[in-house]
Amino acid sequence: MTVTPLGIPRRLLEFAIDGQQARVPEGSTILDACRAAGKDVPTLCEGDTLRPKNACRVCVVEVEGSRTLVPACSRKAEPGMVVRTGGERVRHSRKIVLELLASSVDLSTTPRAAEWIKEYEAKPDRFGPGAARVNEEPRIDNELYARDYGKCILCYKCVDACGDQWQNTFAISVAGRGFDARIAVEHDAPLTDSACVYCGNCVEVCPTGALSFKSEFDMRAAGTWDESRQSETTTVCAYCGVGCSLTLHVQDNEIVKVTSPHDSPVTHGNLCIKGRFGYQHVQNRG
Amino acid sequence: MRKRQQKTYTRLTHPLVRDSRDEPFRQAGWAEALDRAARGLERNRDAFGMFSCARATNEMNYVAQKFARVVMGTHNVDSCNRTCHAPSVAGLTAAFGSGGGTSSYEEIEHTDVIVMWGSNARFAHPIFFQHVLKGIRGGARMYAVDPRRTSTAEWAESWLGLNVGTDIPMAHAIGREIIHAGLANEAFIERATSGFEEYRALVEPWTLSLAEKVTGVPARAIRELAHAYARAERAQLCWTLGITEHHNGTDNVRALINLSLLTGQVGRYGAGLQPLRGQNNVQGGGDMGAIPNRLPGFQDILDPATRLKFESAWDTVIQPHYGLNLTEMFEAMEDGTLRAVYCIGENPAQSEADSEQAVRRLQALDFLVVQDIFLTKTAELADVVLPATAGWAETEGTTTNSERRVQRVRRAVTPPGEAREDIDIICALAARLGHDWKYADAEAVWNELRSVSPDHYGMTYDRLAEHQGIQWPCPSTERLEPTYLHGRLWETDPDRRGTPAPFGLVRHDPPVDLTDETYPIRLTTGRRLDSYNTGVQSGGFASPLRRGEYIELCPEDAERYGVAAGEEVRVSSRRGAVVAPVWIDTALRPGLAFMTMHFPDEVDTNQLTIEANCPIAGTAEFKASAIRVEKLPVATIVR
Repeated sequence: MTVTPLGIPRRLLEFAIDGQQARVPEGSTILDACRAAGKDVPTLCEGDTLRPKNACRVCVVEVEGSRTLVPACSRKAEPGMVVRTGGERVRHSRKIVLELLASSVDLSTTPRAAEWIKEYEAKPDRFGPGAARVNEEPRIDNELYARDYGKCILCYKCVDACGDQWQNTFAISVAGRGFDARIAVEHDAPLTDSACVYCGNCVEVCPTGALSFKSEFDMRAAGTWDESRQSETTTVCAYCGVGCSLTLHVQDNEIVKVTSPHDSPVTHGNLCIKGRFGYQHVQNRG
Repeated sequence: MRKRQQKTYTRLTHPLVRDSRDEPFRQAGWAEALDRAARGLERNRDAFGMFSCARATNEMNYVAQKFARVVMGTHNVDSCNRTCHAPSVAGLTAAFGSGGGTSSYEEIEHTDVIVMWGSNARFAHPIFFQHVLKGIRGGARMYAVDPRRTSTAEWAESWLGLNVGTDIPMAHAIGREIIHAGLANEAFIERATSGFEEYRALVEPWTLSLAEKVTGVPARAIRELAHAYARAERAQLCWTLGITEHHNGTDNVRALINLSLLTGQVGRYGAGLQPLRGQNNVQGGGDMGAIPNRLPGFQDILDPATRLKFESAWDTVIQPHYGLNLTEMFEAMEDGTLRAVYCIGENPAQSEADSEQAVRRLQALDFLVVQDIFLTKTAELADVVLPATAGWAETEGTTTNSERRVQRVRRAVTPPGEAREDIDIICALAARLGHDWKYADAEAVWNELRSVSPDHYGMTYDRLAEHQGIQWPCPSTERLEPTYLHGRLWETDPDRRGTPAPFGLVRHDPPVDLTDETYPIRLTTGRRLDSYNTGVQSGGFASPLRRGEYIELCPEDAERYGVAAGEEVRVSSRRGAVVAPVWIDTALRPGLAFMTMHFPDEVDTNQLTIEANCPIAGTAEFKASAIRVEKLPVATIVR
């Protein structure tokens, strides 16, 4: 007998989003349906290659008959559901979430954060200058990536990518509880004394730039990082025969970052140390 | 930990030439360098060999083999596939008529039993191993067969730590156990295979207890693997160089294939054979005909209809015999029948087994032209060095991975200095030798290949982009074939089933380099996670994991020879000696040592390895040398 069922074809189900009819395959989330319908739902802890974590609550929507707001990223669509994505309750909740996050965490490198803060009229400053922050220097203990916990929103995506969902290295986890909770390697040691294998798959999923490639970190510090001048070209890795898809981010003819398409059938967005960082040889141009 | 500075290579930006090998190189213009290269090749027209590049694109490999066959009129074209998976190609071809892995990565997520044999994929193929881990998380059981208790074995249901070079006894014992337990798939054997009776007789002596004696693996563990593999609804058998880098590599591969034929674990979704290839385009290089016995599309040179097709497509005469493979070309250098080599993107001076011998043979050539992105150790021996582009980041084209998926590579950065694209350089040389080829771009080369290779015909560049790569065979531009090969073996109609797959009747033959009192330790080689081959590429980035070359010993052996971690020792084999520091690794067993070939500028491990070659595929026995470890005299210890 086989232990891994191959699954059966999925049916389509119908429900309403903001008064419009939506048709999605069985098993889709409300977020999938919203995106298919062209609705812009903000997300932070949601990852297209990861299981929903329900940590940030910025994607909440209203479902008729539900006492509380529901996270769109994890709630499965059901036939006949009535979903509202832009009501006052939803907007108010998102506003509070953004205010709490932005008052305690540096969201300066979080894509679209500033736009959402404006859209939902969030006022992170209203807690005053004394609002608690991590207040620590970025940690740079190796040549490949930097960790800036002042930017961490504790979404756990890095932990999931390093752990049982992809990499299975388990180098990082949540240390401490409650207000003291933070992401750390064992004994909060430098990365070089940990189980880390430098695949960079945690950096790939980090939504805020708390984890970043050293190349990007250094260029940001020097003020030379400029995404408007970067091209992205998808090619194939030059190392082993697995054939991972690589997206090379190039600025001024220098490779400054390597990612992988999340829908690649080979990588699902993951790489190893060679694919992620082993590009320097082509630009040792003497 | 010792910190050592690894040699970093800088890109070649100008052609280099010299009049004699004792002189240093001087920079030259392209015209002069190409003229010199053309003259050197012209005068050795009947004694020429081409080393094509398993790291460059399919398009470049297609043009390179065409250069050898049309311009130079020889089938002497090969690549470093010879030093790794040529036995897999030879073994799979002998059994199924096609040299690719039979399954896809995704299928291993939906299988029931996974056997990783001679493969530390966790380190050597990390992203493939993520698919394996998905399978394990989904309930599949994985068995690791490897002399070392590798990081792959850490995920196994059971680790079968066999003695180096006893893969055939292990496979035969598994086969015998399957037959005796009544678990053989008789219907499949009857319909889709041939030679079963001979196979049954061949494996009959290999009882579990004899296998235990020879392999060192407990009989119970071998029995468990046999039953798990045979009882599984779907099972995947994966291997890497632990199987192929032996003097009888092709036989090893055949012994594994036998198990899939015995149980019907091939030709279905989730059931198959997966050799994990070592270079980004080593599969594609062979597919493109950059091997001495196949024309593009893996079509046999000995088939008259195939030759006719290529003769009319290329307007040339195709010789009706095979050329020399890489190993044979090196032997032909020795006896002077091969006097000129055009080496593209390969570094045989460091990657060949018994590297001293390889260097000596390259030095004896009348003419050597090397086309590379770096001045490698091989390039240092050349008469002319041509600066090329890096296939994966500076050119357009395609490469083919281990699951036969052809994917687009694209130009992302501009190459340095006067470096030119491989195809451009080859065509310029061809023009000087009387063949004026015009290719507008890589896609034009690809379309020419499509016109002569039915397996690639359906893969237009547009479709490759649309589907994120397409697996061969793809004969139609309208549809995609199944993700696995050889489904034909399960057809009920004998005509559609085609040629039955023969069992390989192969015998145990222990490693050539025997261990004895003088050389008591078995040295095996492999890869580390953050480094790659001769280190020319991977030495370019600052890996926090990199620690340089060591001789890795188990704690028992370190104690026995009185050496401590970090201490430099002399490591000698019957061919050479190197000095390397000691690393203690509990994954090893007494009598087993491990080294890599990643840091040849530091410790040239291939001075130790033996050039005992597989007679079918020509791959050397990198995985089994006999060595001894000695303390250095006190005065020479470098502090």
